[in-house]
Amino acid sequence: MSLFADALAWIADGAHWGGPGGIDHRILQHLAVTFAAVGVAAVVAVPLGVLIGHTGRGRLVVVALAGAVRAVPTLGLLTLLGLALGIGIEAPLLALVALAFPSLLAGAYAGVESADRAAVDAARSVGMSEWQLVTRVELPLGADVLLGGVRAATLQVVATATLAAYISDTGLGRYLFAGLKARQYDEMLAGALLVAALALLLDLALAALQRASRPSTGKVPS
Amino acid sequence: MTRIPFRPTQVGLALVAAVSLTLTACGGESDPLSSGEGGGGGDTIVIGSQGYYSNEIIAEAYAQALEAADFDVERQFQIGQREAYLPEIEDGSIDLFPEYTGPLLQVWRPDTEARLADDVYAELEEAAAEKGLRVLDQSPATDQDSYVVTRAFAEKWGLETIDDLAKVTTPMTFGANSEAEHRPNGPQGLKETYGVDVAFTPIEDGGGPLTVKALEDGDIQLAIIYTADPSIKKNDLVTLEDTKGLFLASHVVPVASDDVSDEAAGIINKVSAAMSPEDLVDLDARSVDEELPAATIAKDWLEQEGLL
Repeated sequence: MSLFADALAWIADGAHWGGPGGIDHRILQHLAVTFAAVGVAAVVAVPLGVLIGHTGRGRLVVVALAGAVRAVPTLGLLTLLGLALGIGIEAPLLALVALAFPSLLAGAYAGVESADRAAVDAARSVGMSEWQLVTRVELPLGADVLLGGVRAATLQVVATATLAAYISDTGLGRYLFAGLKARQYDEMLAGALLVAALALLLDLALAALQRASRPSTGKVPS
Repeated sequence: MTRIPFRPTQVGLALVAAVSLTLTACGGESDPLSSGEGGGGGDTIVIGSQGYYSNEIIAEAYAQALEAADFDVERQFQIGQREAYLPEIEDGSIDLFPEYTGPLLQVWRPDTEARLADDVYAELEEAAAEKGLRVLDQSPATDQDSYVVTRAFAEKWGLETIDDLAKVTTPMTFGANSEAEHRPNGPQGLKETYGVDVAFTPIEDGGGPLTVKALEDGDIQLAIIYTADPSIKKNDLVTLEDTKGLFLASHVVPVASDDVSDEAAGIINKVSAAMSPEDLVDLDARSVDEELPAATIAKDWLEQEGLL
């Protein structure tokens, strides 16, 4: 337990805040990496998922591919990308994009598919265009599930973004690596606690957003 | 048979069986080491090695050289890290072990200020004597951290020693495992000892391929790689000589117990003297590239040096 107390004391120590290596700065970097990775992945994965969910086409191929990407170990991918792109934030960012992709894709197509078919058919029969179907019926009804995908992806990425510090001076992972190698276990545990806290906060925020997205009346399609 | 839930007695028996198996396994593992104690008093010289391929090759060279002179040798190789094997050397279970001067001295005398090879060796001799051991002659071969730069960078600025880095007028970035940032041989030490300013970026692969890639890309100009790492030669990197002892000297040195006779010590000293730093790099390279067993690599080298 004393190590735990040491770690908390380490976080509370004012000397570890402020400046380029300070906790506040590292948290911001960590969040930036997380949002960038989830954001970039979402730009591709969400429209693709919506398209698959809406049309029902290409589902098998894309889902199988995304599943294969899910099986790739992120550290291995990071090393490969690092050897191709060199050190810096690019390789970790790409590896994290690959990590976020499958969850986002699954959330998007499952969300759109989960929209009540009767509601979709009704909307079509009153003359809505395909675009209107997606934006006014399927997405609002599937937002809960889609945000569930965002939530899963964010949780994975925020926890794994520690790897950014493997080849760049970025994020909370710096405390983990530095603490581990120098046997400063208070620093290492402090880093781990900060990552866990950040993950928890992000997850709570996204859970709230997810709840807010649920239709206020009627039964929620599951 | 129908499915019968485990009865407490059965669980208990299973636990007893599992525990006794574990105990037997432990006994089996520690056996070779404790049998060394028995052999320690006899004629057999027990040779140990770290769980590090380069160290095993050196230990194997000692073993074969002694065997060629009709000494009885017992191999206790791949023991692991210093914490694991050092007590075995200190209590005489192991008679001969290839070690490295600086790191060993820092274990026995954590407060030592010796950095340069001869200072370290002199103090190590004293420290070993206090433990009832002795160190034989240190070899010219080293296995220690060193600053490396690319050949192109070295030629551009005429770099041979770390001191020469002062001639570089463009900003430099130093890439290494993150712990290096606050170690004496990191940016602060470089500034204090040599007056050279560098920025720092972490690369957590211990001087591996990502570090080499970063050097070649020019993302970093300076990196730490072990002197005996074949990658220095393979990637045409240049090791900068450490004239002021920023890095702790780490020459290969055999640690010996009283059971190693003067005749045996003489044989080992010849092996140590014959092993140049380049030889050690080549031996390591054969292990890494050709994946040969330590015994084959050591034998070829001893023959080449005329020691077999």
